[in-house]
Formats: sequence, C-alpha cells, structure tokens
Amino acid sequence: MQTNFQLMRKLLMVSLGMFAFGYMLVPMYEAFCLWTGSNVLSLSERESKNSMNGRASMPLNTQVDTSRTISVEFDTNVRGPWHFSPMTRSLNVHPGELVTVMFEFENIQNRTMSAQAIPSYAPQQAAAHFNKIECFCFNQYTLAPGEKKLWPVTFYINPKMSKDVKTITLSYTFFEVGASV
Amino acid sequence: MSSISHSNGSFVDSHAHDDHDHHPHGWRRWVYATNHKDIGTLYLLFAFTMLMLGGVLALLIRAELFQPGLQIVNPELFNQLTTMHGLIMVFGAIMPAFVGFANWMIPLQIGASDMAFARMNNFSFWLMIPAALMLSSTFFMPGGAPAAGWTLYAPLTMQMGPSMDVAIFALHVLGASSIMGSINIIVTILNMRAPDMPLMKMPMFVWTWLITAFLLIAVMPVLAGVITMTLTDRHFGTTFFNPAGGGDPVMFQHIFWFFGHPEVYIMILPAFGIVSQIIPAFARKKLFGYSSMVYATASIAILSFIVWAHHMYTTGMPVTGQLFFMYATMLISVPTGVKVFNWVATMWRGSMTFETPMLFAVGFIFVFTMGGFTGLILSMAPIDLQLQDGYYVVAHFHYVLVAGSLFAMFAGAYYWMPKWTGVMYKESRGKLHFWWTLIAFNVTFFPMHFLGLAGMPRRYADYPMQFADFNAIASVGAFFFGFAQVYFFFFIVLPCMLGKGEKAAQQPWEGAEGLEWEVPSPAPHHTYETPPKLNADANKVIG
Repeated sequence: MQTNFQLMRKLLMVSLGMFAFGYMLVPMYEAFCLWTGSNVLSLSERESKNSMNGRASMPLNTQVDTSRTISVEFDTNVRGPWHFSPMTRSLNVHPGELVTVMFEFENIQNRTMSAQAIPSYAPQQAAAHFNKIECFCFNQYTLAPGEKKLWPVTFYINPKMSKDVKTITLSYTFFEVGASV
Repeated sequence: MSSISHSNGSFVDSHAHDDHDHHPHGWRRWVYATNHKDIGTLYLLFAFTMLMLGGVLALLIRAELFQPGLQIVNPELFNQLTTMHGLIMVFGAIMPAFVGFANWMIPLQIGASDMAFARMNNFSFWLMIPAALMLSSTFFMPGGAPAAGWTLYAPLTMQMGPSMDVAIFALHVLGASSIMGSINIIVTILNMRAPDMPLMKMPMFVWTWLITAFLLIAVMPVLAGVITMTLTDRHFGTTFFNPAGGGDPVMFQHIFWFFGHPEVYIMILPAFGIVSQIIPAFARKKLFGYSSMVYATASIAILSFIVWAHHMYTTGMPVTGQLFFMYATMLISVPTGVKVFNWVATMWRGSMTFETPMLFAVGFIFVFTMGGFTGLILSMAPIDLQLQDGYYVVAHFHYVLVAGSLFAMFAGAYYWMPKWTGVMYKESRGKLHFWWTLIAFNVTFFPMHFLGLAGMPRRYADYPMQFADFNAIASVGAFFFGFAQVYFFFFIVLPCMLGKGEKAAQQPWEGAEGLEWEVPSPAPHHTYETPPKLNADANKVIG
C-alpha cells in the first residue's frame, strides 16, 4: 500500500494535470470544431462550393456568373512628361467577380504637379455595367518631383451586361489639372 | 498527539475513562483545530452562516419580484444579488457543508482515528474564511459586486469592475481549499480504513464521498484554469474569449461547463450517500442493491463528463451535437433511476417509522425526483430551446439543489446530531421544521415551473403584469422558507449545541448500523485510535 504522502503527491499531480488540461481544452475545442466544421453555422457557408465537405471556408459569392468570361484590357495614355502604365495588361473575369488591378505612376518632372486620370470604355455600352468600387481616378493628386505611386482599381462587371460584349477596354488618360495640353 | 494511554480492555470501555478530552481550550481549540470533529463542526457552522447570507440575498431578490415594477433594488443591484446568491450558495454553503459532513462522519464510519492530513485539514477550512470575506466584500467595491451571473460568462466578465478580480481570487482560494479537502478525504478513505473493512463494505456515504472527491480534484482545477483565463483576458492581454484577438466567448461556456456539470453531481452525490444511510436505518432493512448503488454512483460520475453542452443548446450547436448531448444526458437518468428504485425497494415491506431524518430523506426522494424529471424535460434540445434561461430552469435546479442537497443535509444533521452533540433534538420541533420547510419550498418553487413555461426569463428585476400572481406566491413562500431555517438554527441546532435537552443514547436509532454508532454520544474527542476489529459485515466492533 502507498503511504499517505505518496498518495497525496499523486493526487496533487492529478489536480495540476487537470489545471493544464483546462488550458489544453482551448486548442482541443478549436481542433475539434475545425475537424467537424461544427463552428460553421450558416447554410450559405456550409453549402458553398469552395468549402471542404461543408467545413469552414470563405463564403462563396453567389452573384458571380461563371457561365461567362469577359476579357478586360487596360490601356493608358500619357499626355505629358510622366510615366503611367497598368501592371496587368489584360485579365479574364466573370461578371460579378470582384477584381483589383494596380497601376504605376511616376512624376519624372522636377516640379510638383496636380493631375487626375479620366477613364473611358470601349465598347461604350459596357460603361454603365463596369462598376468601380475603388479607383485613383476618383481623386486629384498633387505629386512631388520624382514621386512614384502604385494605385489600385477595384471593380466588378454587372452580370446584367449584354451577352454580346466579350471584351472591354478600360482606358485611362492622365491630365495635368490647370495645364494646357 | 496521541499521548492518551489506555491499554485496558476493549475500545468502547477505554472511553469510559477518557471523557476529559485532551485538546486546547478556548479560541485555540478552533483556530489550531486539527481534530476532524472540530473541523467538521467549523465547516458546518461556516456553511450555515453562508446559507443565511445567501438566503438574505435570495429574499432581497424575491422581495423585488413580489410585484411587477422596480420597488426595492435597481436592476444593477438585482444582477449582483442573483450572481452572489448563486456563488455563495454553491461555493460557500452546499460544498463546505458536505465537506463538514465528510470530516465528521468519514473517520467515524471507517474506524479511522482522524483525517489523513490533520494540519492540511485545518488549512483547508481556514482558507475559506478569507475567501468568503473577500467574496462578500465585493458588494462594497466601486461598481458593486460581480453581476455576470454565477456562471461568470464572457464577455460580461470582461466588462465588470474591480470586484470581478476579487471574486476570481476568492474562487481560486475556495477551489484550492476544496482540492485539499478532497485529497484529504481520498487518502483517508483509501489508507485509513479499519483493516477489516474492504472497499465494498464501506458505508454508502463514504463511497459517494470517495467518488465526489475524485470528481472534485478532476474539475476544480479546470474551474481555476478558466477563471485564470478570464483574469488574464481582463488584465494581461490574452484573448481566450475575445473575438478581437481570435478568441471565442462560447469557448468560455465549453470550458466552464466541463467543470460545471460534474460540479452539480459533486453537490448531489454526497446527498445520495446520506439518504442511503438513513433509509435503511428507518426501514429497518439492509440497503437494497448495495453494489448497484456503488456502480450507479460511479456511472453518474463518469457520465457527468460527457454532458456539459446540454447547458448550451442555444449557442448555435449543430443538430448532431445537440442530439449527442441530449442522449448522453438522458442516459444519466438510468443510474439515477437505479438509485431511486433502490431506495424505494429498501423501504418496501420495511418496518418504517418516520422520525425527522426519515421524513427529510423520504421528502428528498419525492421532491428531488421531481427535479430530476424536470431535468429530463430540459435535456431535450427542442424543449430546452423554449425554456433556456427561463424560470423553468430556475425551478429545476432549485428542486435538485434545495430539495436535493439541502434536504439531504437536514436529514443527515437530524440523523447524526445526537452523535455530534450528545443531545436528542425535540422530535416535535423536527417534524414542524420538516413540514414547514417542505410546504414553503414547494410554495416558493412550484409556481416557477408555470412562470417558466409562460416565458418569464431569469435574471431580470422586473416582469410583465401577467406573471404577477405566481411571483407573489413564490415570494411569500420564500420568506416562509427562510424563517423555517432560522427556526431550525435557534430551536433545534442551538439547544443541542448548548446541551439542552434529553441526553442521546449511544445508539439513538433502532435500525441504524455502522461504526459511528459504536462510540458513545457525544462522540469523544478521540475515537478509534487503534484500528477496531470488525464483524463480517464491517458494521460492528467486536472484541
């Protein structure tokens, strides 16, 4: 038989172990929820196509029309002494898909300039369905000599756009504000 | 310690010469107490004090709810009252009271001279006093006492004032005390039994406490862990329960109830043990199905670890999870049913008499079983979704904790008080106390079932007009219930403690068996200093 003190030591170890186990419950519950997906609570999350067996995943955007693919081309026109070009020349997107592309700009003059980009679309009928959420063309910029910028354009194409449109060209022209062209 | 020398004759005889107890007198006897009987008395008196304190809080709650509208307390104070009522009753009254019973009775019932670690026993008790003072003092702190409910759910606990930290520290201390007490009880039971008493001949109270003590050392550290996480979330930048840092408030509930559900069995298993002692004594029959009682107790303890999420059906659990916890919870009613049937079978064709301990024990079976049935109803996820956090739940857990644990403790107190004090309580007063308590209890809590079914939520200081009648009845019942316990103390406990009344025989109950009845009444300060030789049933001292 164990002496009283041997038994007490063992029982104390058990309670210390249970204290540690209390902390271990945190990663254990997390692992269990990930494994079973029991923390995925809404149907839209559970049934999304990019989920694994109904487990946790990013929710799928049901507004995307995957039956169509549209080629979007980016074009820039420079009207002055500066560099301005898209980092992506063209892109295939589905209507409804949210896309971000980046544009590079550099003021190579030795003076400060104020400028703004003006977009135009081809074909014209696409313009109403080309929804820009974020665009550098929304603002005027004052740029120091030699300043470089990396600007995003975030957009989606409205799925209601005519099915005839297969290619859209988005063209930006950069104008200096207040200067004669 | 054991400087008393008596080599003459049998054990019982030796005590005839030993009435001059060898122990320090005055305050030293209690502050330096290492005697299991003294510490048991301290625990019981402490628990009764906390019962009164928690009871006053409960009566403030009931006074506020007597009528719709806000009359006595504001909603903030009301939430503090419900929180502190729960914490004080669970950690200050029920748990220490059972430890008091364990201290007094376990060494006597297994023929041990004392608890295994007498000084640790003293420490376990005296830790409770500062903890209780800290917990009670939170009412006077800026922002008032914690008001997040006794379950201390995140994120409410994150928003509480400084009193939350004090309450957490008090719970740490109470938990440490509880763990030390449990280790003491396990070592005492496993190592200090009389050599003639095998495990399967231990009295049921000892068995239930052995299993309870194992539950305690398994889950009290988990509670300590989860409130430590709360504390570090509050002050040290961890985010266990804070979604802003990748945590999850529901995680708190999962860890808390991993402690919390075994905790409810911690509060009821010793009650089962007491009732299992008393029913055979007054039915004058052996306990029916002793070994099935032991296995049922162990099954309840094991099952209690896999049912925690039945407290959380509405947290957004998948249906599969709800089904698992629903069936697991229902499964617990099987061993519990075994116990109830065994008690009834013990009474069947027994020569029953209904002295106060038996009245409380039979009352326990009747009213506790009602609480068990409402528990079964609440275990069903579709019904629970309706009743969650309503008065039906309040009625359920007061039926099992008040009519369960508290009634069993009254039964045990009446049963063993002659042994503790050497004085027989007045039977007529005991009976009055029982009927008064039983009726007042049901007047208080039975209407709460109807309130819950009608949709009254718990933890609100106010309620719509349609709940007025039942609330008024419940409040009246609550005050009667409270006065009954004041009566119990002043007219039953106090006279016995002061030695006023008829002297109790060594064996005041005709049918009672067990080693505690083999020592004189009142039990001398030192008993079973040498292990007694026992008969084959291990319930009588021979030679």
